[in-house]
Amino acid sequence: MADTLFRTHPLAHRRAALAELSAAVGGLSVYPEDEVAAVDLRVGPVGPGGDALGRALGTALPAEPNTWTHTADGQLIWLGPDEWLLTSAGGDPAELERELGWVVSAFDGAAVDVSAQRTSLRLRGELARELLSLGCSLDLRPTAFPAGTCAQTHVGQTVVLLLALGADDFRLFVRQSFAGYLADWVLDTAEELRAAPCHPAALANLSEE
Amino acid sequence: MSRVHGYGRVETGRTLTFTFDGRTYTGHPGDTLASALLANGVHLVGSSVKLGRPHGISAAWTEDATALVQIERPFPEPMLQATTVELVDGLVARGLRGQGRLASLADPARYDRQHTHTDTLVIGAGPAGLLAALAAARAGEDVVLVDDRSCAGGALTGTEVVDGRPALEFVADVVEELARLGVRHLQRTTAFGQYDDGFVLALQRRTDHLGAAAPAHRGRQRVHRIRALKVVVATGAQERPIVFADNDRPGIMLAASARDYLHRYGVLAGREVVVFTSDDAAYAAALDLAGAGSEVTLLDVRDAPPREWAARAADAGVAVHASAVVTGTEGEQRVRAVLARTVDGGIRLPADLLLVSGGWNPVVHLFSHARGALAYDPELGSFRPTSSLPGVTAIGAANGTLDLAGVLRDGAGPDAPVAGPEPARTPTGIVWRTEGDPDRQFVDIQRDATVTDIGRAVGAGLRSVEHVKRYTTIGTAHDQGKTSGVLASGITAELLGARIEDLGTTTYRPPYTPVAFAALAGRSRGELFDPVRTTPLHEWHVAAGAVFEDVGQWKRPRYYPRPGEDMDTAVLRECAATRSGVGILDGSTLGKIDVQGPDAGVLLDRLYTNMMSTLKVGRVRYGVLCGNDGMVLDDGTVLRIDEHRYLLTTTTGGAATVLDWMEEWLQTEWPELRVHLTSVTEQWSVFPVVGPRSREVVGEVFADLDVGNDAFPFMAWRDTTLDGVPVRVARISFSGELAYEVNVCSWYAPALWTRLLAAGQRHGITPYGTETMHVLRAEKGYPIIGQDTDGTVSPQDLGMSWVVSKKKDDFVGKRSFSRPENHNPLRKQFVSLLPVDGRTRLPEGSQIVELCDDGLPEPPVPMLGHVTSSYHSAELARPFALALVKNGRARIGELVDVPVDGALVRALIGDTVLVDPEGARRDG
Repeated sequence: MADTLFRTHPLAHRRAALAELSAAVGGLSVYPEDEVAAVDLRVGPVGPGGDALGRALGTALPAEPNTWTHTADGQLIWLGPDEWLLTSAGGDPAELERELGWVVSAFDGAAVDVSAQRTSLRLRGELARELLSLGCSLDLRPTAFPAGTCAQTHVGQTVVLLLALGADDFRLFVRQSFAGYLADWVLDTAEELRAAPCHPAALANLSEE
Repeated sequence: MSRVHGYGRVETGRTLTFTFDGRTYTGHPGDTLASALLANGVHLVGSSVKLGRPHGISAAWTEDATALVQIERPFPEPMLQATTVELVDGLVARGLRGQGRLASLADPARYDRQHTHTDTLVIGAGPAGLLAALAAARAGEDVVLVDDRSCAGGALTGTEVVDGRPALEFVADVVEELARLGVRHLQRTTAFGQYDDGFVLALQRRTDHLGAAAPAHRGRQRVHRIRALKVVVATGAQERPIVFADNDRPGIMLAASARDYLHRYGVLAGREVVVFTSDDAAYAAALDLAGAGSEVTLLDVRDAPPREWAARAADAGVAVHASAVVTGTEGEQRVRAVLARTVDGGIRLPADLLLVSGGWNPVVHLFSHARGALAYDPELGSFRPTSSLPGVTAIGAANGTLDLAGVLRDGAGPDAPVAGPEPARTPTGIVWRTEGDPDRQFVDIQRDATVTDIGRAVGAGLRSVEHVKRYTTIGTAHDQGKTSGVLASGITAELLGARIEDLGTTTYRPPYTPVAFAALAGRSRGELFDPVRTTPLHEWHVAAGAVFEDVGQWKRPRYYPRPGEDMDTAVLRECAATRSGVGILDGSTLGKIDVQGPDAGVLLDRLYTNMMSTLKVGRVRYGVLCGNDGMVLDDGTVLRIDEHRYLLTTTTGGAATVLDWMEEWLQTEWPELRVHLTSVTEQWSVFPVVGPRSREVVGEVFADLDVGNDAFPFMAWRDTTLDGVPVRVARISFSGELAYEVNVCSWYAPALWTRLLAAGQRHGITPYGTETMHVLRAEKGYPIIGQDTDGTVSPQDLGMSWVVSKKKDDFVGKRSFSRPENHNPLRKQFVSLLPVDGRTRLPEGSQIVELCDDGLPEPPVPMLGHVTSSYHSAELARPFALALVKNGRARIGELVDVPVDGALVRALIGDTVLVDPEGARRDG
């Protein structure tokens, strides 16, 4: 028996196939990202609650709908008029929830640990937008969806929280239970972008690894 | 062969072999099936669906009303238009009488969709569309240009002159500049529907024309979903025929189509040609065919044929008869002669091709789809856009501009390229039909619908063209009335003595051309048909050999068969192991909602039927949610986490419904409540550890947790940690057994599951699936919302009056409980049923009837209710069922009959709790 409770990534079983895809298709890189702490924050955007939360986070809450800002070790993402998602690469989920809950509860707000609720898939490269266009109805042209914007939308048939990190760089937060579907959708859709069909044998080798 | 040297753009250097109706022919890359058939002298393609009349090829593109074919190879597809099927080597097709056949095999081709956003979308790459796209691109806009044919140029034949050079050179130059400017230019792409706000759907045929060279991993067809700030409809115009007797024979086609066959494919569709027209454009067809070697006679309806054209015709040896109309034709499998009335009386003209032109119908479909208003234009004899539609413009022939100079100006404005001189257009003669037998005058050739049919509709009192359409079926075939729609309006007006202006036209609806369901489905088929949701333990379940069950979108292990076990055996084993030792379930799919804020208790009190605000921190309460109608919506447990915080669970399938339901009340009715709802369904993984030995297993894994009854009573929860990871354990039982539900952050789910299994090994811990869960709960009479209920069942019907608060002033559903119907003693109530024979498992859904000793009486047989759940019980060593039965609780102890497979199975009505009615087991 292990001494510490190990973590399992929801996309652990798709990692190899996604790596093969990224290697096979120039201009496309897809990989599951490391898990981060995440807290869903609810508080009135204007007034003392939002200000107090901003002070606690060291950065003002993004007020513009569908935008996100950097924090010291993560992102602060606008989800709704009174809702944000805070991510933190180094934070402890329970501690974050406790600390921020203490701040917002004074203003009738709420803080909920949702670290394992979603996982994220990174999509980069000059073909990233082309791939997304095969399953996402939003206007993702850099003029309409520049770095710093985000949207809660569908890719294929699943809901994602889509973040533009750069011109050809996207992060897709997806509900953990849908992550396998999303990865399968990416693998299937990206067939289009391959120079030649992916040989079943190649995939069979992958799954044996 | 009818191929003419020096004409056409097909690749004559390469030969393709194809089979039609069992005979082998050849054609060339660039051909359509129709052009290749005509090149081989084949005019007879199929027969009409109703009357079986021989049908040929009546046009050169999507307006064709007759040449429907079944493709057999490369892959079976029914009812395609021969005029739009691009020829590939090895194509096998046959003509149809109406319907074709669907493939019995799954279509191996890929289909997908793509979303595109653009500033300007131009539909149609004829001269107007090309120039409009160029102007927008030069102005720096994002431009998408789609066109349904294989190459740009629209109706240009190549004989025209633009800016002093051949028209197709001009087209090539524009296409090249568009590419340079980054325009997304898609040929073989049919815009088939326009919707609000610049949303256009288009179908791209991507690989068929490549034949065997088509890459299998690329989509065969793609549905483009295009959103544009500006849409330019440059879809051109389609020639309108004139109706006459026997106008449906092979060898009768639109005049411009014959010209298209000549210039595009190098095919001369006939040697002995009669052209019947009321419009100038047919003169160009007559002259071109004459120039290619045909004998041509032209019959012009009009008393004054266009002077310049007539002079050219005379020079070319084309005889022109003015004031002449076709009254009939001869020839079964192909037209043999044309019967006409001229000023000199009736004549009979031998012919192997009869070309018809009654003017032009602007292709207004896409403009009309988006509710653009159309009005009759008496000069055109057709309908064209009148109003402007925000963001949508129609230009060129689609807007009724028929001369090339005008079309170029429509596309490019005052700086338009200059069109070479052509005779000025003279007015079109507006003629819908000629004299003759209306029984043989076909308005919609594909539907065998005649002038007589319209007469019958009008005679039946129909006045609206919409009604006439539905009565006669005119315009409802694969071509959606491209050639017949306006004619039907005109003829209806004539028969009614009304003005076509007042009658208008039928509504144009998407799709403009047929779209295969496979294309619309895209990649959402097979494994990706619907998203599959999995828990963090999915790979473990797979490795353990679980048989999965779909619960909503979730894949849940139904049972874990051991070698040689069927479901019944496995489930009996899992049930027995759990009731006698310890079992473990992956319950992670349960919906979970975090409810936080000072008014959290108030909200829950208003939504649940029972009181939640009195729940103490550290405790758990079962609760029921009802709709406004007082019927059970969902159920679950509520944990009070602290003063202002609750965690509630929902059924697996009800999670989204419950969250939406709560948000709706909160946002629309009680926005003043200071409470926030957050879904944490996937944050927490949940493993019920169930059975008399569960205490040992949980106690061993969580050393810091006092699992004894006094410290940790039933319906309480406790937080602990394992290796520093927070874990929440709740004493909730869905089986009646001692049980601990272990909750952990999903990151650690596989690790903790493994740890619990390891600790349980010496107790024989048995993973069990949903089937065992269902049996165990059914033995205790716990309903499953959505299985034992169907939206018409109240808590009282379920025998759960105890869960309905008498103290609360109000809650959702309360008022409905006082409805007289809710107190009707004959309402169906939740009971158990024990088959008297002790052997028969009653099928779920079985109807329940009164005892009938002499077999079922004659129908109608009054139904008492139905079986909602039914299982074999390891504990009871017999099958049992749960059921909803009228007045069921008052009938406990009575016998009923259940018809099963033609026989009656006698069953005893009982209380719902069959195992451990005293509840002695829950504390171990």
